[in-house]
Amino acid sequence: MAAEALIEFDKITKSYGRHAVIRGLDLTVCRGEFLTLLGASGSGKTTTLMMLAGFEEPTSGAIRMNGAPIEHLPPHRRGIGVVFQNYALFPHMTVAQNLAYPLRMRGMKRAGVEEEVRRAISMVRLDGMEDRKPAMLSGGQQQRVALARALIFKPELVLMDEPLGALDKNLREHMQFEIRELHRQLGVTVVYVTHDQSEALTMSDRVAVFHAGDIAQIAPPGDIYEKPSDAYVAGFVGENNLLSGSIEASPGNLTAVRLSSGTVVSVACPWSGSGPVTLAVRPEKMGLNQDAEGLANRISARVTELAYLGDQLRMLVDLGGGQIAMVKIAAFDKNRPQVGDTVDIGWNPEDGHLFASD
Amino acid sequence: MITAARSEADKEAGHRRLNRRRVTSLLLVAPLLIFTIVVFLLPIVTILTNAVASPEVSTGLPRTSLALAGWHPADRNLPGGEVFDALAQDLSEKSPERTRAVAAAARRLNYEVGGFRSLLVSTERAVKKSADDAGNWRERLIGMDGRWGDIETWQAIRRAAPAHTPFYILSALDMRQAADGSIGMVPENQRTYVAVLMRTLKVAAVTTLICLALGYPFAALMVKSGRNFAFMLLGAVMLPFWTSLLAKTSSWIVILQEQGPLNKLLIWSGIVSSPLQLIFNATGLYIVMAHMMLPFMVLPLYSTMKGIPSHYMKASSSLGANPARGFFHVYLPMSLPGVGAGALLTFIVSAGYYITPSLVGSPREQMLGYFVAFYAYTSVNWGLASALGLMLLVCVLALYLLAGRTVGVRQIAGLR
Ligand SMILES: Nc1ncnc2c1ncn2[C@@H]1O[C@H](COP(=O)(O)OP(=O)(O)OP(=O)(O)O)[C@@H](O)[C@H]1O
Ligand SMILES: [Mg+2]
Repeated sequence: MAAEALIEFDKITKSYGRHAVIRGLDLTVCRGEFLTLLGASGSGKTTTLMMLAGFEEPTSGAIRMNGAPIEHLPPHRRGIGVVFQNYALFPHMTVAQNLAYPLRMRGMKRAGVEEEVRRAISMVRLDGMEDRKPAMLSGGQQQRVALARALIFKPELVLMDEPLGALDKNLREHMQFEIRELHRQLGVTVVYVTHDQSEALTMSDRVAVFHAGDIAQIAPPGDIYEKPSDAYVAGFVGENNLLSGSIEASPGNLTAVRLSSGTVVSVACPWSGSGPVTLAVRPEKMGLNQDAEGLANRISARVTELAYLGDQLRMLVDLGGGQIAMVKIAAFDKNRPQVGDTVDIGWNPEDGHLFASD
Repeated sequence: MITAARSEADKEAGHRRLNRRRVTSLLLVAPLLIFTIVVFLLPIVTILTNAVASPEVSTGLPRTSLALAGWHPADRNLPGGEVFDALAQDLSEKSPERTRAVAAAARRLNYEVGGFRSLLVSTERAVKKSADDAGNWRERLIGMDGRWGDIETWQAIRRAAPAHTPFYILSALDMRQAADGSIGMVPENQRTYVAVLMRTLKVAAVTTLICLALGYPFAALMVKSGRNFAFMLLGAVMLPFWTSLLAKTSSWIVILQEQGPLNKLLIWSGIVSSPLQLIFNATGLYIVMAHMMLPFMVLPLYSTMKGIPSHYMKASSSLGANPARGFFHVYLPMSLPGVGAGALLTFIVSAGYYITPSLVGSPREQMLGYFVAFYAYTSVNWGLASALGLMLLVCVLALYLLAGRTVGVRQIAGLR
């Protein structure tokens, strides 16, 4: 991935009246990357995207594109492609006219426009639909037109705000693949907004996790999942057991943590503070009964709930002291426990992550 | 077999359910249907029939009408004696309702030939006075008034005798049927209604354009502004709706008159040196009409514009269109249904207005509605009033169809 910066957000804040929506955001988008903004509803993803597109002005701070400040540039002079959640295809224009629009606005000659439109239509495989109005297209087809329209004028940067939100699951997965392909073929920089974490993890070069108007962590998907930077990211991305506890001892690389249930477990994570901590262990990293044998951390627990998920069994266990953890086991496990059974839960010190509690 | 029978029975039951539902829904819409028929369709049908109905002569002079059927005016011969006898008989009846019917026939015949009413009334009086069975009315009637010896007199009766007549509609178009039955324009100096119709359409069109020019930005501002301000704007445009027509009109007369506040302001600010004539002419008419009609333009525009999501204009500018081009290529086309609906509504309502024009315009600005009212209420000529109304109706319908072709009636009705 080229590390050259295309977009820089420099201490951006945005308030609506008294209400601060974005608080001191620093963000660098590298040329050619696929960056996803992931976050809960209301965390400021759309606001960030709209400031980048030019529909909202930051309250303070600077946005630079190729080193030049753009925060006061009107949207039509930024040359950034945008795919809107509801596509925003012009209903009174045909597919071809929709695609020709950005080219016409740039004063391209008619012959050139026709050529480009034809290319774009075959790029998104909509041949034969040139003269249809958007209302006569399926959701997936409209989505492709919107994509092609945002790409046809060869912008350096394309923004997509939950572009697949309105599609059903199969189509959604298909379109995820197509968008990835287009990104790979065209080498365009993409900033993508979603609140679907699996979408974020599968599609992106990097993921920026938004939390309350700021970025909690920005890293490649693997790091976001494996090495969350704080308890929020650990809890938000994927499923995680967040267990509260306190530091018992922290000699060197192995830290002993006393969980609120009283059990002491070890975590392969150096720690210097002494306040309350949160220990995060992913459910799939937890072993059950014989799988727990030989693991450094072992707790006996009582099964409180079982949920059958087809390929998996999701099990809630009481670790004592009201601390509930979730364990996933294969559904075909022959000696699977019943509700009320006492089981052994175990995990490696390397699979635990420690965060200071706030 | 059994399952087939069962499914037949099921189908039967299903049909019955469906029918019952249909009847229920019909019952539910029945009041609306009846209301529509009574207040909307009936008047239109009445107008249509009134415009061509001509019962006066056949009821006032029944025997004459009947006897004239066998007469061929093309022969250039006077009708036979039996027709004269029939007329005398018709005129000699003394019961009050017969007398009234004859009077109505006289009024109707007067539309055909000027002076016919006095001819018939004086003849009636003479006939009643000399009532006897002497017969030979041909000589006696011609003796009473030489006009009974003119073929044209009898042709007029014959023309007016059928129960239906093109007379009113022709009159509304400044045309007439000549004595020989041919249709042509009336002499230049007698033509009125076509010019009035044209003027009416022109006033309505200009009012519509003014309202569009004022209403479009106004509605756009309403959509753009915050809730409270939009509510205020809405109130401002609705105010004329809630005020009495006469109060509005007279306030405009006060404001626009020669010594009125507007002229004073203009002179005080040095824009003009002598007062402008702002009322009792076309200027005044358009100012006041535009004020009255503005809600009809603004409301459909507002509701259409309100329904245009903001992301279309955002998409347009993200694609490189500056606001002006975005407006012309995206916003304007998307607001066209509202323009169509507003313009159509404004035009139709303006075309039917007559009180305001008659109060604030000069005599040259009288609109068709004024004449309809005049014939309906003052001269009690329902035929001509209906024909004039019909003319307006046809124009408006034509416009409606035209608008349907270009903008789409469905879109205007919001049924897209
Ligand atoms: N025009 C506005 N006026 C006032 N507050 C706003 C406005 N637009 C957004 N907000 C607030 O800013 C916050 C962030 O909104 P934003 O739309 O950026 O969230 P988001 O991360 O895109 O959420 P979602 O996943 O639901 O789309 C929200 O609390 C929202 O209520
Ligand atoms: Mg959003």
